[in-house]
Amino acid sequence: MTAEIAATGALRADRDRPDTATRPKKRRSDRARAEARLGWMLAGPAFGIMLLVTLYPIVQALWDSLFSLRLTAPDDREFIWFRNYQVILGDPAFWQSMGVTLFITVVTVLLELIIGFAFALVMHRAIKKLRGFARTAILVPYGIITVVSAFAFFYAFDINSGGYVNSWLSWVPGFDEDLNWFASQSTSLVVIILSEVWKTTPFISLLLLSGLAQVPGDLEEAAKVDGATSWEVLRRVILPNMKAAIMVAVLFRTLEAFRIFDNIFIMTAGANDTEALSLLAYNTSIGRLEIGLGSAISVLLFLSVLIIAGIFIKGFKVDLSAGRNS
Amino acid sequence: MRAMTWPQRIMWLVIIAAVLVWSLFPVFSIAMTSFKTQAGLFSGTLLPEEWTWENYATILAPGGSAQDLFLPALRNSIGISLIATFIAVVLATLCAYAIARLDFPGKRIILTTALAVSVFPIVSIVTPLFNLWRVVGLYDTWLGLIIPYLSLTLPISIWTLAAFFRQIPWELEQAAQVDGATPFEAFRKTVVPLAAPGVFTTAIIAFFIAWNDFVYGISLTSTDAARPVPAALSFFTGASQFEAPTGAISAAAIVVTIPIVIVVVIFQRRIVSGLTQGAVKG
Repeated sequence: MTAEIAATGALRADRDRPDTATRPKKRRSDRARAEARLGWMLAGPAFGIMLLVTLYPIVQALWDSLFSLRLTAPDDREFIWFRNYQVILGDPAFWQSMGVTLFITVVTVLLELIIGFAFALVMHRAIKKLRGFARTAILVPYGIITVVSAFAFFYAFDINSGGYVNSWLSWVPGFDEDLNWFASQSTSLVVIILSEVWKTTPFISLLLLSGLAQVPGDLEEAAKVDGATSWEVLRRVILPNMKAAIMVAVLFRTLEAFRIFDNIFIMTAGANDTEALSLLAYNTSIGRLEIGLGSAISVLLFLSVLIIAGIFIKGFKVDLSAGRNS
Repeated sequence: MRAMTWPQRIMWLVIIAAVLVWSLFPVFSIAMTSFKTQAGLFSGTLLPEEWTWENYATILAPGGSAQDLFLPALRNSIGISLIATFIAVVLATLCAYAIARLDFPGKRIILTTALAVSVFPIVSIVTPLFNLWRVVGLYDTWLGLIIPYLSLTLPISIWTLAAFFRQIPWELEQAAQVDGATPFEAFRKTVVPLAAPGVFTTAIIAFFIAWNDFVYGISLTSTDAARPVPAALSFFTGASQFEAPTGAISAAAIVVTIPIVIVVVIFQRRIVSGLTQGAVKG
């Protein structure tokens, strides 16, 4: 820290070169104030814009959610307190949507954790010649547009678009080759989750990779010398040492998976009970122009994210600054 | 490095092959679809029975039926994503510099806010913006997308850059000044070369995120004046009502994917280090 402050001084070293050790107290606080001012001058614009583009809309959504308001009849706007919330919370469709969102979130994050960890191990252990190769391959889905991924999986599975997956699976006993994947909830969810997992695993595997890098290598060696099997090393040494990284990865991906939208919009548009919360909010406000109701769903979605984050941070004691080196 | 035994070599070959298939297969699959003829689309096979460029002609060639849908969208996506990335990286560089080098109250608040914004449900923001943008005339304009894109690109840029900047040995700058360089020279010759890779990597990551956006794209635009590629893809229709847009969508998907794959191949090492540092070490 002192090094940082000292380095900061260099920024204005052309103006004054005070002797750090004998600096009088008054000057020190002047300097501190000047530094704080400079700090906020530099960081302020980014901070302000972040607040502006999120805080303002959510406050507006809170306000709009208290009105009965449709854009098709804007003059019938009426203040109705919490009746929108009453309508939504009493609607089975909302709870069905909440259920499907939670299901997708849990399954996606679990699958990603397993595949992502395997990928992290590959990137960590591969010899130099292969490492770049492995990293490139693993990273490809990260750069690809989610909508593109959704179409790729949709066309592969959908029999009405000439999907070939059914003919590939025809050897599976009991598999119906005319199966329409997008005609029922469970089969639609399989493809939706597959595409979501494919697209977002790179992110989680990179988070886990940086966790792996923090596991002390000599600890691993010591366990091996003592005769531990690879599985034991993994369970007793590696995993406990990367708990922080795993929790951070799970928290981030859970919050992101909870707002799943693109894949569902492209593949089913919410048909067959696959309408996740984000899609329900979108269809209500921008699809049907029911701004009051849609805003209320948006607020509930926001609250859900807050609650999930709260559970993780308080309940599982996730330290988001884990490993921070300041 | 110990020499590998043969079983180990084979194991690694299998592992790398599996990783390659998993990561590239969907891209390969949609690429194959993009080469199918209209009739061949329904063959139910992975590889086209008959290869054709006609889907690419549909979206790129003058007179192609989806050309006026795709090319404006491509222009919008590139322009809007680049501008949003540029603004985010400039603001985030200033912000991260302050966080890494200055001591001021509120540092933690800024980092926490960035974290909160990055997990904010976009759909919660989009309804009020949809309303407001219609009133103030930003609906269906570039600026109307650039502003909300900052909510996607700024937080990750701040975290990634702050992590990069913390690792720069700032003492070098002082040393250069002691050796007689002017403050500006010292900054330009010692700090800039060390910071530039971090800024560049952050720009790539931020661009990917803006480029990927779909929710803002479909909600805040209505015509080809501002509609970006992901949104446009979902609005493609066939040349006639009896033709599926499958081929055209696949070809468009490949056109927007190839540059990304090239960027990933060239800069994989930097992207990995940028993402891992920004995410956990932050």
